[in-house]
Formats: sequence, C-alpha cells, structure tokens
Amino acid sequence: MLTIPRALHDQIVAHARRDHPDEACGVLAGAAGSDRPERFIPMTNSARSPTFYEFDSTELFRVWRDMDDRDEEPVVIYHSHTGTEAYPSRTDIALASEPGAHYVLVSTRDEQQTEFRSFRITDGQVTEEPVAVVE
Amino acid sequence: MAIEVRIPTILRTYTGGAKQVEGTGATLGELIVDLEQRNGGLRDRLVDDGGLRRFVNVYLNDEDVRFLAGLDTPVKDGDTVTVLPAVAGGAS
Repeated sequence: MLTIPRALHDQIVAHARRDHPDEACGVLAGAAGSDRPERFIPMTNSARSPTFYEFDSTELFRVWRDMDDRDEEPVVIYHSHTGTEAYPSRTDIALASEPGAHYVLVSTRDEQQTEFRSFRITDGQVTEEPVAVVE
Repeated sequence: MAIEVRIPTILRTYTGGAKQVEGTGATLGELIVDLEQRNGGLRDRLVDDGGLRRFVNVYLNDEDVRFLAGLDTPVKDGDTVTVLPAVAGGAS
C-alpha cells in the first residue's frame, strides 16, 4: 500500500497535466527505510515524448547523489501515460530498476478525470497496490 | 589508491551486496574488465557488443561518460565512477 500526502498527490497530477501530451516523470523522496514520501522532485523527460520517458541523465545523477547525502531514497517513481491507461507497459516493466520503489502511474487520457495508481515492479512481476491519500 | 566504483542496489547481486567496489585500469573499458574478475556477471549488465548498454548510465566523477569518450574515457586513481540504471519507460 502506498500512503501519500494529498499535497504530493496533487503535485504529481498537476505536473502530468502541465506536460500533457508528453509524458511527465519524477520522484518522491523520503527518509531511507521510512516508506513515507516527503519531497516532490519533478524530473526533465529527456525524451520529450508522448509515448516514452527517460530521466535526464545529469539530473538523475544530481538528484540521486542529493538523496544519498540526505539519507533518503526514491520512495515513489512516477510517470504519466497520456493516451493509455495508468498501468505499467511492457517497456515500464522491462526497464524498472528500483525494486524498493512504488511505481506510480497517472493517466491524463481523459481531460476531466486523472487515473492515479501504484504498483510494485520486481523481477518483471507487477503487483498493484492500494493508494491511501492522507491529509 | 584505486578507482572507486559505486554500484546501484539492483546490481549488488554481482558484488556480494557491496555498495562500493574498487578497481584499476587506464580507461573505463579496462576498469570494467578488471571489475569482472572479482564481480562475475557485472560486465554483461554494463556493456554489450555496441558499447555501454543503452539504459545504464555511468558517470566519471559527476559527468555522464556518454558526454566524454564512453568506454574509452581515461580514468585514474582517485576517480569515482558511479553506475546508475536509467529511470525510463513509457506507454510505447
């Protein structure tokens, strides 16, 4: 189960809406071992594509080093799908590289309603989990 | 002195769980060959026939080696090499 503060949930949705129709991506950092997302870090999608995302490599280095220095880890890795459902694609599964993270997918295909779902992706296995948005 | 190499969680199965290993070599390519001797299997996760794998990022100190000379990038004692898997995916 992913427990996420309302403010962070809303920042992810706003980022996804802003970058639509391109995919948006980023991280929520939290204290190592806490499983609690605390810090919103939107990332540059270097692919700038409606069907692909990749964290800019220089930014990735900086952000990961910064988390290390603060004794944080990527609790959530999020990205949007802009024309399909919020479910991990084959590409998402093949490239998932943080077995400890919650993979959040947001779909902006509907203009009114944003789908927001969370998954674990470990060794090619996808497990959906409930999302609890807390105030 | 040696070259310090930082290993991401997902590749620590090849380093006996170590977060950091050391190696030697004059270039990144040589360093990876040296690391393979003590961390069997690691090389295949970093390189393929075409050079560095597409979805693996390797940094010399704080620079992506793709902006330097890739596997031919010179390395020296005291350098830090960081390996980070790309964070990527998408609907396609």
